[in-house]
Amino acid sequence: MRWLLLKDLQILRRSPLLVGLLVVYPVLIAVLIGFALSKGPDKPRVAFVNLVPPEKNDFTIGGERLDLSQYSDQLFESIDPVRVDTRERAVELVRSGEVLGALILPADATERLQGTINLSGGDPARVEVLYNAEDPVKRRYVESAIEARLAEANQALSQRLTEVAAEYIDIIVSGGEFSILGQTFSVLGLERSETILRAAIASLPADAPERAALEQVARFAQLAAENLDISRPILASIGAPVEVEQTIVAGKRTPLDSFAVAVAVTISLMFVTLLLAAGMLALEREEHAFTRLVRGLVSRAALLAEKIGLAALCSFAVTLTMLAGLSLFVGLDWSRLPFWLAALALGALAFAAMGVAIGGLTREVRAASLLAFLLSLPVAFLALVPSGSVSAGLYDVIQVISAVFPFKPALQALNAALNDADPGLLRPLAHLAGLTVGFGALARLSLRRFG
Amino acid sequence: MAAVPATSQRPAALRAEGLSRRYGSRWALRAVSLEATPGELVAVIGPNGAGKTTLLQLLAGSLAPTTGAVERTGRIGWVPQQAAIYSKLSVEENLRLFARLEKVGDVEACVERMLDQTGLRDRAGEEAGHLSGGNRQRVNIAVGLLASPQALLLDEPSSALDPRQRSVMWEFVTSLTAEGTTVVYSTHDIAEAERHSDRLLVLADGDLLFDGPAAAFEREAGDPDLEVAFVRFLKERGR
Repeated sequence: MRWLLLKDLQILRRSPLLVGLLVVYPVLIAVLIGFALSKGPDKPRVAFVNLVPPEKNDFTIGGERLDLSQYSDQLFESIDPVRVDTRERAVELVRSGEVLGALILPADATERLQGTINLSGGDPARVEVLYNAEDPVKRRYVESAIEARLAEANQALSQRLTEVAAEYIDIIVSGGEFSILGQTFSVLGLERSETILRAAIASLPADAPERAALEQVARFAQLAAENLDISRPILASIGAPVEVEQTIVAGKRTPLDSFAVAVAVTISLMFVTLLLAAGMLALEREEHAFTRLVRGLVSRAALLAEKIGLAALCSFAVTLTMLAGLSLFVGLDWSRLPFWLAALALGALAFAAMGVAIGGLTREVRAASLLAFLLSLPVAFLALVPSGSVSAGLYDVIQVISAVFPFKPALQALNAALNDADPGLLRPLAHLAGLTVGFGALARLSLRRFG
Repeated sequence: MAAVPATSQRPAALRAEGLSRRYGSRWALRAVSLEATPGELVAVIGPNGAGKTTLLQLLAGSLAPTTGAVERTGRIGWVPQQAAIYSKLSVEENLRLFARLEKVGDVEACVERMLDQTGLRDRAGEEAGHLSGGNRQRVNIAVGLLASPQALLLDEPSSALDPRQRSVMWEFVTSLTAEGTTVVYSTHDIAEAERHSDRLLVLADGDLLFDGPAAAFEREAGDPDLEVAFVRFLKERGR
């Protein structure tokens, strides 16, 4: 047993690439995840624009003056607000990915809120939420984050309004002073009305015109009716005193299930193509046929082109079949088939070129497969990290890494092909074509170096 | 077997002039010149790391020389030390594949001829991965012969074979030289080189130390036993 162990250690010592990968890979992943967890913001970064003039910052509920900032502070407990002055600046930040979304408080927000509270009619108060829809996962994250925070603010307002409604009901039942539009009314209340009515009924003959008492009862009846009438909007406003208006700044709304299809197909495209291309090229070395082939039977460039072409063709067929199968469960637009074909073809070519670059560096199929796995998994993981979910510096690094591997542009191309999503089809296709050429050149160099 | 001197007047099938190859700062081969005539059987011997495989790869054209040039008058067949065939393909499929890559005129006739020549007809449909080492080597050599080369280069062709398989292989190689094919091969087996060669090339540390018949080498080394002569020869030259 120990001799076998010693032998395997010797083999490992003579395989610096494998040992290096085994050491570097977990370290790299650990550092990456550590950075994401430690450097990422605790709260989602959301731009905040308050367009309410300072003199209109207050509103009154049940005679109590409240500052809007009390509620915005509550809103900011769970988000990291980036305060900006204009809507345009907020749009800019959302578009660039510096913030997850933006929350805009329009100039008439407090007026409308006061109107709702005063039961004077008109539209309810409304805040505008901007978000970037180029990534449906990110869009869902922003929506849920902001909706959760607004729900908390609404709950606080609702609680205060419920207290006001309770005071109204108390006045109706027990009587008291009631102020509205600067005027104070004295309300008898149902209990006292009942007492008066009972006394009047008991003391008067059936036809005695005790007008004053009856007049009071009539006024109370009128007020009671009016209060009952206005209780409906009060109760409605308790549910959601502030409404949300959503605006897409960049990208198009993509159904999450269609996006999931794009992700699933891109991941399959990546694995099938990479493993095939890398494995097939490494097999030429493993079978010792490489030197025989390049001795004039086939040029190195032709050998690479053959591997790229075959791997791309196989994965193209597999993923197209996969899309057809998925269309049975998810509504996909078959009229966009030519776009699907273009995205799959270019994606497959770029992954195949990356695969032969990996295959060119290795001498065995197993090593090629391992290397392909080790490279592709973190690349796919990084490409799916939404902007604003990690710190800006780290996100820039992720962007650069994602740009030099085919996963992200392939996903963008397929998402655009399936869902007409931003940034459209042409840009990612051009990106994929560039990566195909780049990785092809790298593979050719690796064959010269290691061939 | 008649000895053919290096300076034969017959036209050369293969000629190399000043061949050198460097890997990084290490010279694997230094200024080696040679020529081989049609039908000549040349054995390249030397200790490990002498440059035997490098020399054959340079002659075959699978490696570019750092300096020097190789002149080939016809096609060169190349048989690497390890069988360069596909394990998952049958014997026949391997032969057919390489015949097509060699752009042989009548592929099927060529495959049939090679199956007969190598005696592998009854194993034609068997996957190469299931063959014995000897039979794999026969397929390996057959692939090198598909294009009817004027010269055949074999890198340690008998290293994986048992004595019976070696004998069959040398019979086959001898029949090739009899038909005019030049054969250059490398070996560690001194006795094999003595038995199966018209000429010896002795390499050590990338230098060509001797080029001539085995008998001349024994005379120069001062011992009638070639193996003893070889060791003494290298020792006297500090190798």
